Amino acid sequence: MSHKVVIPIGPYHPLQEEPEFFRLYVEGEKVVDIDIVIGYMHRGIEELSEHKHFDQVAFLVERICGICSSSHPYAFVLAAEDILGGEANIVPERALYIRTIIDELQRIHSHLLWLGLAGHFIGYNTVWMWAWKYREPVLDMFEMICGNRNHYGMSKIGGVRRDIRDEDIPILKKALDDLLPAVDMFRGAVMDDPVIKARLVGCGTLTKEQAIDWCTVGPTARASGINIDVRRDEPYGAYDRVDWNVIVEKNGDVFAKTTVRILELYESISIIRQCLNKMPKGEIDADIKDIPPGEGIGRVEAPRGECFHYVKSDGTNRPVRHKIRAPSYMNVASDKVAAVGGTISDAALTLAAVDPCYCCTERLIVLDKATDKKIMDGWDLIKLSQEKTAKLKKP
Amino acid sequence: MDLKLKALTKSIWVFHAATSPCNNCDIETLDLLTPRHDIERLGIVLVGSVRHADALLVTGVPNYKTKERLKKLYSQAPKPCLVVAIGGCACGRIIFQESYNSPCAVDEIIPVDVYIPGCPPKPEAITAGLVKLIKKVRGEK
Repeated sequence: MSHKVVIPIGPYHPLQEEPEFFRLYVEGEKVVDIDIVIGYMHRGIEELSEHKHFDQVAFLVERICGICSSSHPYAFVLAAEDILGGEANIVPERALYIRTIIDELQRIHSHLLWLGLAGHFIGYNTVWMWAWKYREPVLDMFEMICGNRNHYGMSKIGGVRRDIRDEDIPILKKALDDLLPAVDMFRGAVMDDPVIKARLVGCGTLTKEQAIDWCTVGPTARASGINIDVRRDEPYGAYDRVDWNVIVEKNGDVFAKTTVRILELYESISIIRQCLNKMPKGEIDADIKDIPPGEGIGRVEAPRGECFHYVKSDGTNRPVRHKIRAPSYMNVASDKVAAVGGTISDAALTLAAVDPCYCCTERLIVLDKATDKKIMDGWDLIKLSQEKTAKLKKP
Repeated sequence: MDLKLKALTKSIWVFHAATSPCNNCDIETLDLLTPRHDIERLGIVLVGSVRHADALLVTGVPNYKTKERLKKLYSQAPKPCLVVAIGGCACGRIIFQESYNSPCAVDEIIPVDVYIPGCPPKPEAITAGLVKLIKKVRGEK
């Protein structure tokens, strides 16, 4: 006899970020299908942007996402600069380096944030607390450069809004040096821990073919063995002026996704260091007055993957059309194959592993499809996931 | 003062309702729980269900989908329930005022007790706002 039950995840969640709604169909412990309902975050930004002038749009698109709040304005100004003749041709050298530094600092803070939340899902609250503790100095660096912890307001068509002062550079370098032992500790605590390994290896696997079929981008794709990275494939900012590696893993499970993100932290730290050393003196803004008619695209590697902006201008001070494709939109769909076939206790983790600004698990209720009777709620589900880890801990 | 309200100010349990924010206010709210700010030392705990909560932390500008849910959440909360609007969007919709999918501000759906402006407000500002809320309930100046 089949016991097909539905688990609604979301849309509300006390511990996480945005409202999103997942409907898991389960038979016993096994997830057999999954529905993804989005739209709880829709604020009509593309339409709003067509009613604001180019300088205001950079601030508006920053408010698409609070975690990638440098990637979206960066992709937008790249698109606008594409109309003007390309970033490399008009933006001063120093501004390119500052943009790269902000972009990489944001990657560090985003990856640490994800690491903490993943730790929480498997019952390692210590990882959560420590990851967020070491995230604070990164936010302090932002506050030092931009004056705000989360929305930076640095991007501007033709340059950046604020300079990095010379006296700040040694402080920034020291903060990066202090961060390195913390990242080492995480690598030891997460990648060498037998329990975490047993829990994450083989959990929510996305094969290379599936990853290509579902158009995944960013760390999700790189964990499945796809060697893509916009920073290398179509360099912007100062990425072609510094040495760094693209991290690629083969297995496509949650452990591979974690490994990619932890190893990317090292690359990011190294990129920022090189940028701080190589940064030339000079102007930070090209003082662009008008945007000529034309079309442009901007691609940026956000912490979650490729972020794409398309801007069409008709010579006025407003974009006629502004199209945005965010990375999570592609990655969330891949849950359809990654979570199906796994158990319920793995589902929360698998859904979280693509880092989709995901949320919601605590509002999870298991309903019997026939009777609509409540079987378990969100806390039970997280408990299930944590119990599975506890079981592995026992010899 | 109402006995219920007096008891409530000892340790406020909060539920976090995100009505289409950009994540930042939510992250800063979560940041309060982590070692640097550690708001649990003041007895403020994030709970998993609105039925356990004394206060509702609302972030973001409500859209047509989340508006109904926010109303529902407030009706499910045990009364008296305090409502804290965190961030510029929840306080007054700032940049999203002209959006076609933003019908009204939070205080047009449910009564708001404390407004904490900022984009996003710093964790220190949120803590200060919650302290002001406690003082307001107790009737202190």
